[in-house]
Amino acid sequence: MSIEVRNIRKTFGNFVALDEVSLKVETGELVALLGMSGSGKTTLLRIISGLELPDSGSVHFHGSEATEVSVRDRRVGFVFQHYALFRHLSVFENVAFGLRVKPRASRPAEDYIRKRVHELLQLVQLDSMANRLPSQLSGGQRQRVALARALAVEPSVLLLDEPFGALDAKVRAELRRWLRRLHDELHITSVFVTHDQEEALELADRVVVMNQGRVEQIGTPADVYHHPATPFVYQFLGNVNLFHGRVEDGHVLIEGSSVELDEAPHRNGNAKERAHVYLRPHQLELALEASGGNEFRATVVHLNSAGPKVKVELVTEWGDPVFAEIDHDRFDALKLAKGHRVYARPKEKPRVFVYQI
Amino acid sequence: MAMAPTTTPQQLTQPGRRVQAAISEPRWVRLLLTTVAIGFLAMFLFIPLVAVFVNAFSLGYRVFFGAISDPDALSAIRLTLLTASIAVPLNLVFGLAAAWTIAKFDFRAKSVLMTLIDLPFAVSPVISGLIFVLLFGAEGWLGPWLAAHDLKIIFALPGIVISTTFVTFPFVARELIPVMQAYGNEEEEAAMVLGASGWQMFFRVTLPNVKWGLLYGIIICNARAMGEYGAVSVVSGKIRGLTATMPVFVELLYNGYEFAGAFAIASLLTSLALVTLAAKRILIYRSAVDSTGHQPQTPLVEKVGNIAA
Amino acid sequence: MNRTVLPGFRLAMGYTIVYLSLLVLIPLSTLFFKTAGIGWSGFWDAATSPRVMSAYRLSFSTAMIGALVNVGFGTLVAWTLVRYTFPFKSIVDALVDLPFALPTSVAGITLTTVYAENGWIGRWLAEVGIKAVFNSLGIVIALTFVGLPFVVRTVQPVLEDLDPELEEAAATLGASRLKVFTHVLGPALLPAILTGFALAFARALGEYGSVVFISGNLPLKTEVVPLLIMAKLEQFDYPGATAIAVVMLLISFTMILGVNLIQRWAARRFA
Repeated sequence: MSIEVRNIRKTFGNFVALDEVSLKVETGELVALLGMSGSGKTTLLRIISGLELPDSGSVHFHGSEATEVSVRDRRVGFVFQHYALFRHLSVFENVAFGLRVKPRASRPAEDYIRKRVHELLQLVQLDSMANRLPSQLSGGQRQRVALARALAVEPSVLLLDEPFGALDAKVRAELRRWLRRLHDELHITSVFVTHDQEEALELADRVVVMNQGRVEQIGTPADVYHHPATPFVYQFLGNVNLFHGRVEDGHVLIEGSSVELDEAPHRNGNAKERAHVYLRPHQLELALEASGGNEFRATVVHLNSAGPKVKVELVTEWGDPVFAEIDHDRFDALKLAKGHRVYARPKEKPRVFVYQI
Repeated sequence: MAMAPTTTPQQLTQPGRRVQAAISEPRWVRLLLTTVAIGFLAMFLFIPLVAVFVNAFSLGYRVFFGAISDPDALSAIRLTLLTASIAVPLNLVFGLAAAWTIAKFDFRAKSVLMTLIDLPFAVSPVISGLIFVLLFGAEGWLGPWLAAHDLKIIFALPGIVISTTFVTFPFVARELIPVMQAYGNEEEEAAMVLGASGWQMFFRVTLPNVKWGLLYGIIICNARAMGEYGAVSVVSGKIRGLTATMPVFVELLYNGYEFAGAFAIASLLTSLALVTLAAKRILIYRSAVDSTGHQPQTPLVEKVGNIAA
Repeated sequence: MNRTVLPGFRLAMGYTIVYLSLLVLIPLSTLFFKTAGIGWSGFWDAATSPRVMSAYRLSFSTAMIGALVNVGFGTLVAWTLVRYTFPFKSIVDALVDLPFALPTSVAGITLTTVYAENGWIGRWLAEVGIKAVFNSLGIVIALTFVGLPFVVRTVQPVLEDLDPELEEAAATLGASRLKVFTHVLGPALLPAILTGFALAFARALGEYGSVVFISGNLPLKTEVVPLLIMAKLEQFDYPGATAIAVVMLLISFTMILGVNLIQRWAARRFA
């Protein structure tokens, strides 16, 4: 079932949580709402679920308007950040809850409930814990119970609010992979909220990057990472170096250096304007000698070779800090050490954003 | 606003801290302070408490049992139980409604509402009785109307019940509100998303979560309802055998120089008070177990406010 | 106000308001209407006659002394319960709440019996020439009893939540334990102590049951305001009783406001 929100606006007192947000989620998609706290992502999720009501705008499920439909009737599955398991009920009864509260007419028989609950518990690999209380489970186990509980009533849409936010890094990674596999099996239209860009990029079919109540960009993970539409998206996803420059005659000059970039800026800019040039650490090439191209001088300040790549912290000749990432082979060839002078040049086209002064 | 803090089980999960020796007082100071504190409590609490029981049995078991099985005594006990059995359920329903309103929703008049709920604590029991005399008494607002319909409220059971209900109405609410607030809204929201109706959510999710606070609220409301003296004195006319509740009956016996009898009835009421205190400890213990999922390791130090106000 | 999704607001709020109106607001309003009925001069006469003024003075002084005693010893008891260990501590801790759960007439008769001249404590006091019943000392004793839990129970949680690091820091800076108490702990406990004091004081002002036995109820000598109201009621002097009740209520409401303000001030200053 597809989800569409149109022009959603929501304020809490003077705080604007959502400002004319629109987006569409196709049937069967797994979409991530990615942003920092206060970006509005959780509010949007809760509005879709019916737990919050928008000030204006509409919510549509499969084309039909659902804005006035009560949360009970929307048949969405919701997984809370802190699980919200019923603490006095066993795991079994938690999962069975949605089936037990159905109106008498459509309530299934006890046998059916038992079968379905055990099916779901097997799906989340917790069948042996059926009689335990939530307080006796680990965080990761509780989250899986919460998921099973949400799935028990066969929702057409699954909404997850920072589902792994309260878990350890390792458990988080495991559950992430597990959730992806589950989604591939069940194909329920799903939307999840996260502030972890790695999680969003790894899991989602499409990512919605949000900032201060607005959508910055919607696209596949590759799209938003390699072709960020705004500086915010660029900075939010992955590490970044920022160079200040100005635009002159269609060229971008980086302040304090002799680097001149020919690329057409990604924003319209004609007369003299300021420019922000973004380069990811792995897009910088380091050499011991000048090559006469677009390069600047820098001094090595710190080295961290514990990892798949070597992280080099540099200070440019005009005093700004810069981070580069190079292969271990290159690092060995350069024989870099603290205090060494190197020449750095962009390997790929940097992203340039131009601002009117 | 809170006149004073009440039991908040969520706060009780932290064990008391043992202060390091490096920042503790010298031993003699500790002994002295402890002795003085215990001495104070002995003078004002322990000795008067023990005195109730000793005086109750001062003339022997026979007199004790005679006193509590005397017809007037039985009538007082019946009246007290009857009053409580009406006042407590009424205040229970009110407490649930008020706690739900205050704990789960945000609205501007909330602090006004909370102040109103704390009102009886600011009102002397005598005044609590006076207002109902002014309302229902022979010269009161409704006095003539009641007389015309041959209805007696003052100097009769209804007056006792109403004034007792007034004096004890905050107790259930005040125990429930912090408990409900501590548990938050998430489980209720989860229930709603799963399709539960309002009442299903209330009975299956909300009530089980607050059960210890609720239980204790009922117990303390009951103890105060059965023990109310000042307001009932004003409203009942203190007619022995007819409108004398147990606390009033204690006074009647005492003023009639039947000391052993007075203390005998008093010992029953004191036992109820002690049961109430024990129930409070159990509540603290059980709610701590519930929220942490296991037995508390170190002795729990109470972080609750007082029982009543 | 946010349109909220949890159900039952109107039902619960409606019931709450109806209940409060019927049980609380309407009955309380009778006081003010009755007072209005006797006119300003009638009210003034009834509320300020010599017997009444004497009762106010006595009520205030005994409640003040009782509350102060509770401040001093109550803080000490709270300290001992939180910081020290001794046998049967949890029973002692539980018993602190006794004055709340005990009917006031029971408290009245047992305190009177214990402090009477032939009572367990009274006889020792008699040997040093102190009479503790049928006088204002007796009233203070009763008011100390009823106010006992207030200070203890407001100070206790604050003491428990205190970070030991505060005291450790003071100790490393060279402060003696006494200095630590006056300079570090005292100010931290002050709001709770003030709140406890105000609550104990307010309660003591309105106390009837435990006082009526131990005071002997002698007009102009040991008659506190609640006793006076009761006396007037027994003589069917409703206007008189009402006038005094209104004065007492206004004072109590002022005290609630005071407690509120203290708590808000404390939250701002110490949060």
